[in-house]
Amino acid sequence: MNLFCVGVSYHTADVATLERFGGNAEIDSLLRKSGCAEALLLATCNRVEVYGASESRVSTLDIARCLDRKIDIHASRESAPFYRYEDAQCVRHLFRVTCGIDSMVVGETEILGQAKKAYEAASSSGAAGSHLHRLFQRAFRVAKQVRTHTDITRGAVSVGSVAVDLAQKIFGDLRNCKVLVLGAGETSERTARALVSRGVADLRVSNRSGERAESLAQLTAARAVPFETWPNECREIDILITSTSSEVPLLSREKLAPTLRDRIDRPLFIVDIAVPRNVDIGVNDLAGVYLYDIDSLQSIAEQSLAMRREQIAAAEEIIAQHVGEFEQSMADGLNRAKGTAEHPAVGDGSLRASEL
Amino acid sequence: MRFNFLAVGLGFILQTAFLSIRGRELSRCPITNLFEVIIFVAWSVALFYIVVGPAYRLSLMGAFTAPVVALLQIFALIAPIDHPHRPKLPANSWLEFHASMSLVAYGAFALSGIAGVMYLVQERQLKTHHLHSIFFHLPPLTDLFAAITRLLWWGFVLYTLGLISGFFVGEPLPWPQIICAIGVWILYALILQGRYLRWFAPKRVAALCIVGFSAALTLLWGITFTAQTHTP
Repeated sequence: MNLFCVGVSYHTADVATLERFGGNAEIDSLLRKSGCAEALLLATCNRVEVYGASESRVSTLDIARCLDRKIDIHASRESAPFYRYEDAQCVRHLFRVTCGIDSMVVGETEILGQAKKAYEAASSSGAAGSHLHRLFQRAFRVAKQVRTHTDITRGAVSVGSVAVDLAQKIFGDLRNCKVLVLGAGETSERTARALVSRGVADLRVSNRSGERAESLAQLTAARAVPFETWPNECREIDILITSTSSEVPLLSREKLAPTLRDRIDRPLFIVDIAVPRNVDIGVNDLAGVYLYDIDSLQSIAEQSLAMRREQIAAAEEIIAQHVGEFEQSMADGLNRAKGTAEHPAVGDGSLRASEL
Repeated sequence: MRFNFLAVGLGFILQTAFLSIRGRELSRCPITNLFEVIIFVAWSVALFYIVVGPAYRLSLMGAFTAPVVALLQIFALIAPIDHPHRPKLPANSWLEFHASMSLVAYGAFALSGIAGVMYLVQERQLKTHHLHSIFFHLPPLTDLFAAITRLLWWGFVLYTLGLISGFFVGEPLPWPQIICAIGVWILYALILQGRYLRWFAPKRVAALCIVGFSAALTLLWGITFTAQTHTP
């Protein structure tokens, strides 16, 4: 039995191509039309891959034909950006995919969940047989091992998650934190949601346009604060997120310093995601104030990503070991199967001979 | 993290065994010379780490505490300070209580100093936006500050008990010692006062914990090394 993987990913194709092939291909039709003995379809926004097992070679074109939404595959046959991996290469590729090494954001773990879902779908429809079962079970094990033995999934790699991580580094448990979101833009909404998902219960929203503040407040179960009175909130809050379109800084060192006197024992974390900045950089010099603007958040995200990339070599080592083991176990299984089928008595005979 | 805790725990058991054997040999609390005093302080640090560490989930303190305990132990074992020293004062329960309480308080002060170092490292990383790999492991600022406060209270209460019991030892004590001991008490009282009356920001409290412990350690050194008239 031959294991193979045929696919397109963000490495080889643009979004339009991915959309074209990531249509609503069904595993059943894939099995029927292409002639695979076993098949599994992994379709995400960054990749469309078919993992299959077959007795005889199934051509890439046949797979592509099944995946393509357009009927005339020949028209774009030459330029079809499909890659193909066989046997050990295929095993290695899947392990790299489930570990997040092949992902656009190295170390992301979403792909593992997507692979598990794809595997469940293929299992329940009966499209995945013993070969794919073994392959995917092993892939999930490798992903788990890589995650625990390397730092590949460590560190936040998006602006919102960096902000939330920093908040946790300052306050620990966020459940008792009071958060004020200034400006009702999309980024501030996303950051607010991320904070709420980590347990923040006291969320306040303030915006020049009261209506938008109200609507964001409703969306995130927050309390709307009139824009004129937001500076007073600085006495109480722990986290301030600013993202207004103001051309001049809304908060300066001189403005904030008197407020801080009453709260010297509590840190204030300010996330300024506005461009131009809403908070004067001098505010960071005040004791107990931690100011991060969009540039510093982005640079932390990039640092984390660079650190994750450094972990790839260690992850590859673990993968290489598992690929070797998997190949060996497949070969052993094959030999056993052959032995049983062709010479059912050989084992017994040789045992008896050695006993004699 | 778990390994840290287990390692410190195992060390603590061995230290306890050593101290109890020594204590049985001497038929008194084993703090008769500098060697034993240092081992006793190291034991107190380990004790507070075990008590405070898990309570605040600050097991990383182990990574900071273990080297301090190890350094104290290594110094005690290598330096030629284990001279049999027959204290001038006979063993009485007030003296033993005074000495052991003061040393256990030193353990708490030492750990507050360690938490202070961790706070300053973490604070600096967050302030300057330079987040190195150690950043991922240090506990949150507010948790560290809570641990510092808790340790300061433990240390202060035990030190106060030690100080008061010192007056009941029965022998006249040298004045410089009493003044220094009261000086350390006042220093810690001011740190705690400043913390609650918001005179100092948490960063300053953390720095003062390091200063306080250095002062207390100098005093301890002075008491045991120079003034041999009195076991700490």
